[in-house]
Amino acid sequence: MPDLPALPDRSRTAGARLRTERVTLGYGDRAVVTDLTTAVPDGKVTVIVGANACGKSTLLRGMARLLRPTGGSVLLDGEAIASLPSRQVARTLGLLPQDPVTPEGVSVVDLVGRGRHPHQGALRRWSAADEDAVAEALRLTDTLDLAERLVDELSGGQRQRVWIAMALAQQTELLLLDEPTTYLDVAHQVEVLDLLAELNEARSTTVVMVLHDLNLAARYADHLVAMRAGRIVAAGTPAEVITEPCVSEVFGMACRVVPDPVTGTPMVVPLGRAARHRTQEVPA
Amino acid sequence: MSTATSTPVTPSGRLARPAGVRRASAVTAVAVLVVALLVAAVASVLLGARWIGPTSLLDPTSPTHEIAAVRLDRTLLGLAVGGALGLVGALMQGLTRNPLADPGVLGVNAGASLAMVVAISVMGVSDMRAYVWWAFAGAAIALVLVHAIASVGRDGATPVKVAIAGAALTAAVTSWVSGLLLVDRKTVESFRLWQVGTVAGRGDEVLLIGLPFLLVGAVLGLACARTLNALALGDDLARGLGRHVVRDRLVVGVATVLLAGSAVALAGPIAFVGLIVPHGVRALVGPDYRLVLPLSLGFGAVLVVAADTVGRLVLPPGEVQVGIMSAVVGVPVFLHLVRRGRIGAL
Repeated sequence: MPDLPALPDRSRTAGARLRTERVTLGYGDRAVVTDLTTAVPDGKVTVIVGANACGKSTLLRGMARLLRPTGGSVLLDGEAIASLPSRQVARTLGLLPQDPVTPEGVSVVDLVGRGRHPHQGALRRWSAADEDAVAEALRLTDTLDLAERLVDELSGGQRQRVWIAMALAQQTELLLLDEPTTYLDVAHQVEVLDLLAELNEARSTTVVMVLHDLNLAARYADHLVAMRAGRIVAAGTPAEVITEPCVSEVFGMACRVVPDPVTGTPMVVPLGRAARHRTQEVPA
Repeated sequence: MSTATSTPVTPSGRLARPAGVRRASAVTAVAVLVVALLVAAVASVLLGARWIGPTSLLDPTSPTHEIAAVRLDRTLLGLAVGGALGLVGALMQGLTRNPLADPGVLGVNAGASLAMVVAISVMGVSDMRAYVWWAFAGAAIALVLVHAIASVGRDGATPVKVAIAGAALTAAVTSWVSGLLLVDRKTVESFRLWQVGTVAGRGDEVLLIGLPFLLVGAVLGLACARTLNALALGDDLARGLGRHVVRDRLVVGVATVLLAGSAVALAGPIAFVGLIVPHGVRALVGPDYRLVLPLSLGFGAVLVVAADTVGRLVLPPGEVQVGIMSAVVGVPVFLHLVRRGRIGAL
């Protein structure tokens, strides 16, 4: 899938629409991400990975301007995102947080329609363009048949597709997702990631997401960012980033890296204690 | 892709039913509202300890003209206060994403009560014009205080914590009100009628003083529909959709204080109207605040006027005040909402 030259990170991402420059992000006095410079390659799928509490969600929240940097800046099209008008940002950059709230009794089509918010105003009400955007979002996520259903009644996988449809109705060129596969079983995880990969291909939407599963991250990322303790340890193609020393440094876990039998992307096989015992029992 | 089941899309790819507003159910709801408003208002003027003919209102020489005029004042005040309470309930539920939010439950009524008792007994205020400002101040302080108390702790102001903080504040403040009244007999007299929550015997000048605040609050509140639709998806997503969450909360909060404060100043603390009405409206038309807000205003007006009329009829020749009627109906609904266990689903 990813077919990018193994160049240093900076050369590939120079002039990217979404960048951070020596950004420091945190809550209150506590800095979670410190002095971090990175760029999101346009039109690609970028996945941020790292151990719990490494700052990956914080970085994503900073990029989505949910957090105001305490140092440095997040740049969208060359301008500090914090100083841009909210609505302008919302038309360029969409966000699906980890835990969106489903209003009780909301229908699928109503929820997806709320993604049109930044395109409307006090005077500009619901229009044909809004109607088309909602229909297209439903079509792309294969949720047209669910349009009149209540979101509460849907399965986890369907519900996540509906939330992605809402983000798509926003019609942004960049889409940020915080752990879009949490709470989903593995089949639905793959379904959601396939959907995002297709959208990226069909519309060249720049996708940035935080994922927990390293192997899925390696499979779906064009560009992988590995973080530890608020800093980037490695960034590049999955083949560059997913190495035994790197996984060991990022997650503090011994592993073997083998080619994924389906895609050929790197696949992490944890050693763990149990596995070590067993390999000792089996003669080589 | 084509299936035998009815898909909501026309062959041209357009959605068969517009996504903007659920029009069919909205039209029905508005029709029901208009009929209910007319019936409630007419009944409120005609019915009571004594039935009066519709002509006596227009005919100044009629022996029952005075009664008709008093009942008209009472009906208009009921419509204004009920509309304010219905709308403020919907606004507070949207603002806090808390299905239990209501000026009575969240301590706003209690705050306004305390402020008014302090005004009467300590400051010697006796003018309705001044009451209103005290009621606003009390309502605003209570609203801020309940949220401040509920926000303590790791998970912030969850719906249950806000409701508990509101109940605790109400209990504390109510006891202070009782304490102040115990030591001050004069205040008891002027406060007693106000405290039960009624739209009777207030006179038309009371309504005129409160009306500007109610109107400003209503216009501001109704303008918040889009804001609340975005906030309903969670703060993060609302920001992602381009909202200034803090600024939005402030605007909705100001509308809430204007509406709840003037409703309390005009009619006394009437609980549960703001709780029941938005839930009923949501059951009819779904959670879109562009429909929920105006319909809650309308049905709130209907409920208070109807409750006032029924209260006149159940214990002749006496009356049961609106505040008591609404509690009789409201408490079971409140318990039902709590027991259903879907708190926080807004």
